[in-house]
Amino acid sequence: MNTAAVSHALGNSAARGRGTEGHSETTSADGPASRRIIVGYGFWIFLLSDIIMFSAFFAAYAVLNGATNGGPSAAQLFDTHSVAIETACLLASSFACGMATLAVAERSQLWTQLALLATGLLGLAFLGLELQEFSSLVARGAGPTHSAFLSSFFTLVGCHGVHITAGLLWLGTMMAQFYAKGFRQNIQHRFLCFSLFWHALDIIWIAIFSLVYLNGTVI
Amino acid sequence: MSSEAEFGTPPGADTSPGYQPGSGDSTRRGLRTYLIGLGLASLMTIASFWAAQTHLIYGPGISMAIIVLAVAQMGIHLVFFLHITTAPDNANNVLALAFGILIACLVIFGSLWIMANLNHNMLPTQQMMQMQR
Repeated sequence: MNTAAVSHALGNSAARGRGTEGHSETTSADGPASRRIIVGYGFWIFLLSDIIMFSAFFAAYAVLNGATNGGPSAAQLFDTHSVAIETACLLASSFACGMATLAVAERSQLWTQLALLATGLLGLAFLGLELQEFSSLVARGAGPTHSAFLSSFFTLVGCHGVHITAGLLWLGTMMAQFYAKGFRQNIQHRFLCFSLFWHALDIIWIAIFSLVYLNGTVI
Repeated sequence: MSSEAEFGTPPGADTSPGYQPGSGDSTRRGLRTYLIGLGLASLMTIASFWAAQTHLIYGPGISMAIIVLAVAQMGIHLVFFLHITTAPDNANNVLALAFGILIACLVIFGSLWIMANLNHNMLPTQQMMQMQR
């Protein structure tokens, strides 16, 4: 009775892992955790520390929000339409990354490459729109050197943009590795880390479009 | 085995965030999860962009509504895209996340609190100039 309850309480994950992934993916009661869990957990810790770094930039932006040096404020600068398109691009990109995760689990080379291509193109569209916005701000004389508010804005949003750029390079590497090396165990672990990175960047963007852009245009 | 039942999760029953188990039936279930996540996240995004422009909400409440929607959407992304759940095999991931949120909140609200306090206690620039003379 008790044993049945335990195996039920364990949920399907452990049982499923044993059934479909073979021995290397399971963890035994007396051994260390599997490589996938160690890699995934380690990268999760990295992502959380990255989010803590972003929280410092958010704090700086929140503190310096009003320090416009007589120049333009958030309400005068930001264009909500282009931000809406950027948000849609990044959300769709995150979803496409989820589709790539499913395709990798299915070991389908074609669908993996297609989903990753969609992820990359949507990410590229986001980056293009962001760069366009930055250059139009600089052209209007609202560059990062104008005021403390604009410095903190460019640092926060630019740091997210740099992360997206790095993610796109990583994405290209993943596509090449899946193509050249197939669905090897270590490549799958790399892809798990990439998908976590990409989804986490979308979560940071939620904070940016809500706190920086939407709240900026409201107040 | 009975001792494991007392202590909840036995060793070796962890999962990593964002992990997609197996193929076939799991893929169908995974697709449904991602689709629900996409739907809910789009709904939240549209709602917060609508809230920023509408005149139907009491003015000072708008920014609070946007923040609440943002937190809700982050939760949706965590559950449906990163597969962070309250299941026992996710305990390590949730604990790490909780610690990260604690530090992020300390940094953000601590900075705001200290800087607001400094601003409040600082002399106006005019008076400061006079004192320096």
